[in-house]
Amino acid sequence: MILLPNITLSPSRVDQLLVWILQGLAAFAGILVLLIVGFLMLEAFPAVRQIGFLSFFSDASWHPVEGFYNVMAMVWGSLLAMLGAVLLATPLGICSAVFCHFYAPTWFVEPYRKLIELLAGIPSVVYGLWGLVVLVPLIGQLHPPGPSLLAGISILTIMILPTIALMADASLAKVPSVYLRGAIALGLSRWTTIRCIIIPAATSGLSTGIILGIGRAIGETMAMLMVCGNVVQVPTNLFDPMRTLTANIALEMAYAVEDHRAALFFTGFLLLGVVIVMVLAVDYIKQRHTYA
Amino acid sequence: MIMLSWPYHTLACFLFLLMMGCESSDRMQNSAKLVITGSSTLAPLVADIGKRFESIHTGVRIDVQTGGSSRGLADVRQGLADIGMMSRPLHATEQDVMSRPIARDGISMIVHQSNPVQALRNEQIIKLYTGKIHNWKEVGGEDAPITVINKAEGRGTLLLFLTYFQLQNIHIRAHVVVGDNEQGIKTVAGNPHSIAYVSIGTAEFDANHGVPIKLLPIRDIPASLDNLQNGTFPLSRSLLFVTNFTSTTLAKDFINFVQSAAVYDLIAQHYFVPISS
Amino acid sequence: MHKSFGSNTDWVACLLMWGIGSVILGIFSLVVGDVVWHGLAGVSWEFLSTAPRDAGRAGGIIPILISTGLLLSICLVVAIPIGLGAAIFLAECTSEHHAFGRVVRISLDVLTAVPSIVFGLFGYAFFSHMLGMGFSLVSGGLTLACMVLPILIRATEEGFRTVPNEYRLGAAALGLSRMTTLMTLLLPAAMPGLMVGVILGTGRAMAETAALIYTSGYVDRMPESLMDSGRALSLHIFDLSMNVPGGNANAYASAVVLIGLLLVMNTLASWVAGHWLKRRMFWA
Repeated sequence: MILLPNITLSPSRVDQLLVWILQGLAAFAGILVLLIVGFLMLEAFPAVRQIGFLSFFSDASWHPVEGFYNVMAMVWGSLLAMLGAVLLATPLGICSAVFCHFYAPTWFVEPYRKLIELLAGIPSVVYGLWGLVVLVPLIGQLHPPGPSLLAGISILTIMILPTIALMADASLAKVPSVYLRGAIALGLSRWTTIRCIIIPAATSGLSTGIILGIGRAIGETMAMLMVCGNVVQVPTNLFDPMRTLTANIALEMAYAVEDHRAALFFTGFLLLGVVIVMVLAVDYIKQRHTYA
Repeated sequence: MIMLSWPYHTLACFLFLLMMGCESSDRMQNSAKLVITGSSTLAPLVADIGKRFESIHTGVRIDVQTGGSSRGLADVRQGLADIGMMSRPLHATEQDVMSRPIARDGISMIVHQSNPVQALRNEQIIKLYTGKIHNWKEVGGEDAPITVINKAEGRGTLLLFLTYFQLQNIHIRAHVVVGDNEQGIKTVAGNPHSIAYVSIGTAEFDANHGVPIKLLPIRDIPASLDNLQNGTFPLSRSLLFVTNFTSTTLAKDFINFVQSAAVYDLIAQHYFVPISS
Repeated sequence: MHKSFGSNTDWVACLLMWGIGSVILGIFSLVVGDVVWHGLAGVSWEFLSTAPRDAGRAGGIIPILISTGLLLSICLVVAIPIGLGAAIFLAECTSEHHAFGRVVRISLDVLTAVPSIVFGLFGYAFFSHMLGMGFSLVSGGLTLACMVLPILIRATEEGFRTVPNEYRLGAAALGLSRMTTLMTLLLPAAMPGLMVGVILGTGRAMAETAALIYTSGYVDRMPESLMDSGRALSLHIFDLSMNVPGGNANAYASAVVLIGLLLVMNTLASWVAGHWLKRRMFWA
């Protein structure tokens, strides 16, 4: 906020230059988005022209080699897996940060945080491999076939948990200690302090963590491909196999040509659409719930 | 002002990298470098052959990249690669490139080791994959639901499977769809009531190395590399190199090397079958 | 009455927090324990110092480690300055409701969800093909930078946003230039945010597979320049576990090495940040 133009009464030349450079860098980040969206549009355009926009939603099934291009089952697949994972990982992640700050003994905090940082960097193929070799057979014994929505949600939860936990951790650390002292002075219990003072004060950081988590969850490819079963259908229960939009791209891109390839890029484009809706929704909720 | 150098550093770095990019792409055309891209099935084999080729011809570099058969084809068409690797046959619309077979491979039905079923007739396999048989009991196995594993749309192994059993992918009722062979094998190993089809070489290697899977014969012919080599096993495919019609001498030399007897041991090491002359 | 109710929920909350803490710890030990259990036996000095043979089934991973290091360096050298600049702009030059800022912010959030394979295909078309970088470490590193940028910016911006406003007001009262305020006050105070961003970003970059198949490539030779193609560690793990029969043992061993590397880098990052913080900041 120090560089807001309207409060800069007598800007020095260095400061002005600084603002310009910073603006340029931010614009660069924005241009990157445009480049990628443009790239997707360019690649997906032949599909929309050849196959027709409506076919993607009204065809009988997804069998691109035979000329059927319905993607709705995969949209649902992506959404369900993501929602399940975010609903599980958000409370877990925030509680993990709260645990770290207010409950865990001091000697335990550093190693615990290190472990979570480590979890954030484990490649999705390792999670996927673990899911495929350990988790999926377990679920299979419970209810065949094993690769399922449940397996996808579990792996995704584990994958986005560190992102949410670390962001929550960083934002809890930044809550002014005056708040805490005030709460103690008022004789509030620890839980009330956390629930009514600390968490609301950290909303902005927490919601950023959730957004990053949503992004990671909906964009995750390799692990989903390995544990979800990849059958194109709307799952009716947790044990049904299903396919996400991302797995669809990774699974078929290697062998796709022409219309099929363009249709896969359209899948990517659709994914962006889903994400934009999600991000705008979170943004809206956040705008309504922050008082600052 | 020292502080300001941060963003400048970035810009300088970026420009520098860009410049290096442009400069070396000029350099690349002069040196003896061969770029080969495409099928991930072939990539490990071709990378090993490339290393042997490099050790014979000093100054030559063979860069092998994966990304799938259609990337191999696209890269050759766009001139990004000298040779493309493909694990599926060329479609009728893809005759603008030249193809040369370099090795052969087959597919085998696999089940879990603990499955008492020793063989399946072709009609049974078709019924299984089209969802007309649901339980192993119906084909002489235990009383357990069958988990049918299919390959993803467009894959070379899927095309071969569909052609041989005269099926269409729309009619297949799969419970799991997998990509790579190893994914299929790991899924079968983790689910005692599943059935899948994968590349014979991969399956034979894994079955010999303690992975709990079993290869089923097709029409009483056991699925093995030997039967593939002597031509009795029916489910086989060629793995291809594709090039433009005007390829460099280096590319031609390399293709001849790959087709020669000098690399038969490497092909066998990777569980494929050489093209016999 | 009220008080006893309060302490009761407090007790439940305490139990819950400990429960969740142990669950997370349990999950961690399950995943990492499984990998380490399978892979630790394969890690030896020979494994770390020799080149892979027989498609990676035998031999070691040294060229792959070097390539991974180069990829990561390119990625961070490009992404950190751009990310830091953009984050400062978003946090300090725009208010929460500023139109341009909001557009950039929402675009970045969208970017975090772009699947890595799309980044890979984008890098393939843009860096490798259009800018003529070919399949090289540079084009891979730049693709990674694009991927890491949104995470880095959002986390760093959050770091700046949580710096109390008193700092800025105090600096203004002292007549410090904006530049000085930024460099000596805000940046150190926002360091934890930047560090979270760098750690998350590094993790994402180290873990990346799909984006690199199409850009930096599959060649497992020792890279001689940044224009050479080189295989990243996670791609090596992917190839060994999903593409090369009999590659499992070395895939697990490589995963153990990757986990070790992450541990070293995260520790290093926090150490550097802490060091810098101490040097720059004077606690009142």
